[in-house]
Amino acid sequence: MTEAIYVDGVTKTFGGDIRALDGVSFSVEPATVFGLLGPNGSGKTTLVRILTTILRQDSGIARLLGYDVATYPSYVRTLFGLAGQYAAVDENLTGRENLMMVSRLNHIDRTDAQLRSDELLHQFALFDAKDRPLKTYSGGMRRRLDVAAALVAKPKVLFLDEPTTGLDPQSRNGLWEVIEELVAGGTTVLLTTQYLEEADRLASNIAVLDHGQVIAQGTPRELKANLGATVLEIGCIDLATTARVVEILTPLSSHAPHQVANSVEITVDDGPRFAMNALRLLDEEKITPTTFSLREPSLDDVFLALTGREAEVVPEATDSKAKKKGRRRDR
Amino acid sequence: MTIEASLVPPQSRRLSLAGDLKMMVGDAATITWRNLLGYIRIPEAAFFSSVQPIMFVLLFRYVFGGAIPIPGMTYVNYLIPGIFVQTVAFGAVGTSIGLAQDLHTGLVERFRALPMSRSAVLAGRTVADLVRNVFVVLIITGVGFAVGFRLHASVLAFIAGLGVLLLFSYALSWGFALIGLLAPNAETAQVMSFPILFPLTFASPAFVPVSSMPSWLQGFANNQPVGVVVNTTRVLMNGGPVGSLAWKAVAWSFGILIVLGPLAVRRYRRAS
Ligand SMILES: Nc1ncnc2c1ncn2[C@@H]1O[C@H](COP(=O)(O)OP(=O)(O)O)[C@@H](O)[C@H]1O
Ligand SMILES: [Mg+2]
Repeated sequence: MTEAIYVDGVTKTFGGDIRALDGVSFSVEPATVFGLLGPNGSGKTTLVRILTTILRQDSGIARLLGYDVATYPSYVRTLFGLAGQYAAVDENLTGRENLMMVSRLNHIDRTDAQLRSDELLHQFALFDAKDRPLKTYSGGMRRRLDVAAALVAKPKVLFLDEPTTGLDPQSRNGLWEVIEELVAGGTTVLLTTQYLEEADRLASNIAVLDHGQVIAQGTPRELKANLGATVLEIGCIDLATTARVVEILTPLSSHAPHQVANSVEITVDDGPRFAMNALRLLDEEKITPTTFSLREPSLDDVFLALTGREAEVVPEATDSKAKKKGRRRDR
Repeated sequence: MTIEASLVPPQSRRLSLAGDLKMMVGDAATITWRNLLGYIRIPEAAFFSSVQPIMFVLLFRYVFGGAIPIPGMTYVNYLIPGIFVQTVAFGAVGTSIGLAQDLHTGLVERFRALPMSRSAVLAGRTVADLVRNVFVVLIITGVGFAVGFRLHASVLAFIAGLGVLLLFSYALSWGFALIGLLAPNAETAQVMSFPILFPLTFASPAFVPVSSMPSWLQGFANNQPVGVVVNTTRVLMNGGPVGSLAWKAVAWSFGILIVLGPLAVRRYRRAS
């Protein structure tokens, strides 16, 4: 069977020295979701732009449904839908006019375009706002309209570049459901995300991208088996105690504990059992943690486990990372 | 694993020349429609873009005009053709700003990934700006007659003058489209446009006779595109022998189109 998406050794360099993609290879089976997971600046958007004929790779092969994207760009454009990283919608038009415009540019005749636009407006809960100019839309509504616009031509392959970044939880869940329906109907979806949770929920296969290279690849289950399914966080009263906790826990797990200021983070496969063991050992040493919690691994944890360092983020993203950190410490 | 060759698209997909053309026109019409809707949705912009030329008419008609003697015709008859050309030239800045905006809001990114004609975004922008220019020209015609412009040529010659003007405005739109594509953002597109526009519109016979300028400037003023188009529309709208002037104006317009049009299309395809 032909892969829906096939990428082999794709490289792309900007301005001579920025290696945005450094030999990326993977393939995606039809009617599945493929998650491209990576921090800001890891090359996700660049790869999506190559697969959607917007950019041309320097070397390597990229194919959609068996067709080479660089050789047959105009044919390939009839095969996919794209919702890029930033909502690409016309501010001066209404929601419905935006969908009509994209339908007409897909050469759908007027009557069908009207039917399809209304259908999508219903599906994305935008029907009541369909005749309002986009200036009155919230960020979440814009994003939904953008994804709807990617679907007008009922594409066989759908590219979603960070579709849920900036969405409220309700819109995000709604979008996840739409994606699941599409895949059940035979659509192949390539989704980029910075959230492990999202890739885990939707994708049957995940590639982790770092500095333009795939550093891990597999099913969510496989990745988690390698990375540990949960992260145990233990807060301590002072640095000396923290160091002692690291010593106590080190022999217990295949993953090394990691000290962050006054707390210890450790990735574990069997969270509850490990937690019980850890508590028992700490109790024997008369150490009482200030906090003690199990949580899902984050992208930072994935990177820590895979590369031994935190996800490096390009400057524009340092803010949100700092906030995330702060939030985590608060918990 | 052996790497199989790429599949080849089905032949039926390859469009005939007529099919290509039909697609190009249809896509350009869609983009024109969306640009015109944009103009209609911001009536303030349309209002103020016609206020500016009206101010120029009033300023030169009632403030400077008295000091500018024109042999053989009233100053207002001399002025109105110049205002026409100046207005469409300044209006072309709108083309560069609009395109720069589309480019940097991500909309063009979407267009590039659609199975649409590659030239439709530029064609749709320039045609919408042509439609806008027709409206602005009609408004100035009305204002012109209100402040004392009188038609001495035939109506047909006047319409021919408008034709030369609109053809020039369309060519200019493509030139400024190129600026919009080169600019890093909409603000810069605007700033980049004026150093080109000012010498062309003011070092020209648009407002004052070239004979009052230093001799080294006269040659430029009379032969640069804005100057030639001003002279041509002025003769066509006031009567008198046009001679080779009209051909020169048409040649400038087509020259700009033929040289800058493909450059803009090429730049559009490459810009990221
Ligand atoms: N058009 C461009 N010109 C120069 N550098 C670019 C361009 N697009 C992306 N890059 C660089 O390539 C790298 C990968 O970027 P990108 O693909 O946008 O990453 P991501 O989508 O994962 O955040 C970054 O270092 C980015 O700065
Ligand atoms: Mg990105």
